[in-house]
Amino acid sequence: MSGYFNDVAVLARKDLKLELRARSTVPAMLLFVVAALVVFHFALPAESSELAAKGMLWVAIVFTALLGLTRAFVAEREQRLIDGLLLAPCDRSAIWLAKSLSVLGFLVVVELVALPAFALFFSGIDGATVAGVALADLGICAVGTVLAAMAVAGRARELLLPLLFLPLAIPIVVGGVGASVTGEPARYLGFLALYDAVFAIISWASFEYVVTE
Amino acid sequence: MIRARGLAKDYGEKHVLRGLDFELERGGFLVVTGANGSGKTTLLRLCAGLAIPTGGSLEVEPERGAIGFLGHEPLVYRELTALENLDLYGRLYRVPERRERIGMLLERFGLWDARNGRADTFSRGMLQRLALCRALLHDPELLVLDEPFSALDEDGAGLLDRELAELRPRATFVVTSHDPERVAHLATNRLAFV
Repeated sequence: MSGYFNDVAVLARKDLKLELRARSTVPAMLLFVVAALVVFHFALPAESSELAAKGMLWVAIVFTALLGLTRAFVAEREQRLIDGLLLAPCDRSAIWLAKSLSVLGFLVVVELVALPAFALFFSGIDGATVAGVALADLGICAVGTVLAAMAVAGRARELLLPLLFLPLAIPIVVGGVGASVTGEPARYLGFLALYDAVFAIISWASFEYVVTE
Repeated sequence: MIRARGLAKDYGEKHVLRGLDFELERGGFLVVTGANGSGKTTLLRLCAGLAIPTGGSLEVEPERGAIGFLGHEPLVYRELTALENLDLYGRLYRVPERRERIGMLLERFGLWDARNGRADTFSRGMLQRLALCRALLHDPELLVLDEPFSALDEDGAGLLDRELAELRPRATFVVTSHDPERVAHLATNRLAFV
């Protein structure tokens, strides 16, 4: 088991190193989420409710994550490097877990800017919203990474990922918005945790079949 | 050992391989020849475990971790240095005495001085040498090499000739080449696609 997590650590560290060198994903995600929040700030009428504003936050998070997921397998796709990883004797689900963790890391960095920016433009962020965002991130990265790997194999990959991901992200938005706007967020947080657990297991088990020709 | 019986591979409607039978004993050297698009690369991908047959059967010994694969792409990260790339693969393959092995291969393939250079600054020939280092890093029992001499200059090709001759007694080979005469003296089996 330690070998498995060692492989995950090696692969995730490689992704972080690539991002530090290329700086191609996180800056784009940051720019996107801040631009989206600015647009929403001016698009929503001044008298709009806090509920509407929270909805906008979730729209921004989901689409920013989608941007990161679109780039998740760029190196592996353009240089067929996925072959190099698949040839290695490590469990292939380690590739999924490592990639999910690196996408999660990028998303968290972006949200560390996005949430204060939201508080600045709209309203304060409470603990339930932060917990909802954290749980949603796990689900987004677990499901999104396996779908990104699936989309990479297809021809219309830029089109395929949103088509596959957005329907599966609907429960995340339902849970996230629910946790953010209701007085009793526990039910929605539990729903998000259940979603994370179910889809993480499905993604973990299916990754090998998704990436093999 | 590789044994194929009625091996077939389709990609959608396209039948790339159909009813292929062959056998390669441990220690054998199979040279695969054929025109572009005839299915050579697909066969190699099947042997390396990168693709699954859609028909027939294919038995490959050893397991995935003891296979060295050289494809059309060098399978190295362009943003990483030669050393970092080999270290990544060395860790994934759990190569014993990884640093010494990497140093020895870089030295042997003339890349030691370029070890801290990023792969995206390498010429095509240097990338092919780095890809060979990657494929040989874990001292594989089965080497699957797709056009290994492509992009190599005369020095590099000579180096690879010597490497193949040295590995020949202790490894099994499946090699495609547009210049089969170059490896003819090593071959035990031949497979020609039409």
